[in-house]
Amino acid sequence: MFKVIKRLTSIVAMFAVLFAFTTETMAAKKSKTLKNTQKKGFVRCGVSQGLPGFSNADASGNWTGIDVDVCRAVAAAVLGDANKVKFTPLSAKERFTALTSGEIDILSRNTTWTLSRDADIGLTFVGVNFYDGQGFMVRKSSGITSTSQFKNGISACTNIGTTTELNMRDFFNSRGISYEPVAFEKADEVVAAYDAGRCDTYTTDKSGLAAQRTKMKNPDEHIVLPETISKEPLGPVVRQGDAVWEDIVRWSLNTMIEAEEYGITSSNADSMKTSDNPQIKRLVGAEGEMGAAFGLDNEWNLRIIKQVGNYGESYKRNIADTGILPDRGPNQLWTKGGILYVPPAR
Amino acid sequence: MNNKIKRILPQLLTILFVVLIFGFFTINAQVNMDNRGIDFGFGFLKQEASFDMQFTLLDYDGQDSYGWAYVVALLNTLLVSFLGIIFCTILGVIIGIARLSSNFLIKNSAAWYVEFFRNIPLLLQIFFWYYAALRALPLPETAEPWFGVTYMTIKGYFIPAMIWENLNIFVYCLLASFISIIFIRNYAKNLQEKEGKQLPLLYISLAILLVVPGLSFILGGVTLDFEMPVLKQLSATSYTYEGGIGLPPELIALVLALSLYTSTFVAECVRAGIQGISKGQKEAAASVGLTPNQVLKLVIMPQALRIIIPPTTNQYLNLTKNSSLAAAIAYPDLVLVFAGTAMMQTGKAIEIVGITMLTYLTISLLIAALMNWYNKKIEIKEK
Repeated sequence: MFKVIKRLTSIVAMFAVLFAFTTETMAAKKSKTLKNTQKKGFVRCGVSQGLPGFSNADASGNWTGIDVDVCRAVAAAVLGDANKVKFTPLSAKERFTALTSGEIDILSRNTTWTLSRDADIGLTFVGVNFYDGQGFMVRKSSGITSTSQFKNGISACTNIGTTTELNMRDFFNSRGISYEPVAFEKADEVVAAYDAGRCDTYTTDKSGLAAQRTKMKNPDEHIVLPETISKEPLGPVVRQGDAVWEDIVRWSLNTMIEAEEYGITSSNADSMKTSDNPQIKRLVGAEGEMGAAFGLDNEWNLRIIKQVGNYGESYKRNIADTGILPDRGPNQLWTKGGILYVPPAR
Repeated sequence: MNNKIKRILPQLLTILFVVLIFGFFTINAQVNMDNRGIDFGFGFLKQEASFDMQFTLLDYDGQDSYGWAYVVALLNTLLVSFLGIIFCTILGVIIGIARLSSNFLIKNSAAWYVEFFRNIPLLLQIFFWYYAALRALPLPETAEPWFGVTYMTIKGYFIPAMIWENLNIFVYCLLASFISIIFIRNYAKNLQEKEGKQLPLLYISLAILLVVPGLSFILGGVTLDFEMPVLKQLSATSYTYEGGIGLPPELIALVLALSLYTSTFVAECVRAGIQGISKGQKEAAASVGLTPNQVLKLVIMPQALRIIIPPTTNQYLNLTKNSSLAAAIAYPDLVLVFAGTAMMQTGKAIEIVGITMLTYLTISLLIAALMNWYNKKIEIKEK
């Protein structure tokens, strides 16, 4: 009798342990980063030190830009308010350390997705919010209209710690041109040095060139050469090791792009709830259980569209209307001749 | 027994505490790096660096390894520190002595100089020399030559390069003349101590220094040619100089800012050292008929050096560490290249920051050891 009781208790104990484990994994599914973010009440987002169109602060400290909008979308999804973001301006050199050390939770700072960055340094790229390529800027008066006119001894200003530095070497080496690289830590310093005549050309991502041009003493005196020397897919990055948080950021970005595809905007999002198209209804939280998998409610995507807008709105507001790159180029929907193509949210 | 334990226990606890703290940080870093899939290791030092550097003393190409990039960047740091230390010492000694001058104008300008450069943050001074002062320089095509053959432009200071033939013979001759000068000095010292005779040492030294290496040109087959910097057009409006040696404006601005800033502290050390010698020494020296120059050179300075050296060592260390501000103006030093670009490209933050810290520590300890040796050499030898 005694033995039976003993055995029974051990069986019960075993089940108790098993059960405890299963509830534990259910809870663990709720991301640690998500939990911390909700406890703090704001999303910690790393941005640039000022790149018009991507992430730039105005005089009163309000951040705008398409990179900023990714973080705002995540804040809208997980906290219900797109304004609950704490932005940390980072130099190219600081950005990855800030993310891996846990100082920020999203790095949305015109960062190029490469194999070594994705695989080596404890980061995960979640998508692409801007397809870019590296180019060169020169003074109009120099008469240079193509990179084929570059000569030995040319000096080129750029940022350190960027893919730009490596592409630049590949470019000049493959053409057998000797050059003088002058690499600064901050973008503002690069622009100041180029503007003063220290360098003959300034090289970085073309979007960056277009944006920095607007900051120069006399923008009309400079031109961006037509050649593109590299692929620079820019996108938000998260720490490796929190798959749920990774998914939240990825699908916040995807929601913005897909919303544009289906014509859902910040102004018509509410009325789309009664749409006949089930995919539209899923995108505004009126059908399916699209938030449960992330540990979020069902209207997380509706909030993104209402508070931040779709990708097209964000692009127009930040990049087109500010005169940086009025033409969307490859950053157009796949249905309209671009290469923006995201997996379906269903 | 009880007393022994009482004495040892706190020390043991302290050691335990230190070990535990280090252990905690190591394990913490390990766990976190494991979680994020970051490997720890120094294998990256052998990988191809694949970035270029603007200014190097040794041959460097992007195909070289990160390890070589480290060496080349370290040399750039040492170059700036070396030049900075030389210039700040020369300037510091002049200003320090000038502050004690009896001439009102000299005394006060020196005091103003010290107060001005000492009280402006160094980074600001670096930015000033780089962006304001150097940027005011002419573009290459409009530069007027300095001394006929050198050109100071916004793209750097271009000087003729020396092309030697049989350089080694010349260097041997130079070495030989230095060694013979040392011998003659010792001989002269002995002569003076024993017989009271003075040799015209300065003239003899100069003569040796001119004649012996000069002979190497005539007899040793040494030749020296100059390669002049030549203006080259890059495009309709941009020019540069080709040939010769180009010192980048970043280097010039950095050395200028570092030596002007640190020289103020050196000047104060020099002033304190000289004032630390009692007035009686000066008066006694003057009373035996020494000239003011001799008083300074033979009586005051040898004693003052003992006071000057230790704090000046600190200033040299500061200058070396401050040279890491180079990162702000694109001078490719250790911090910009290794703790900047290399760290970004490899993502090995802990390893690279560790190496960089150890490097600065080693440089500082070496400088300190050298200065301590010099200090020992000149300190009062009790007989």
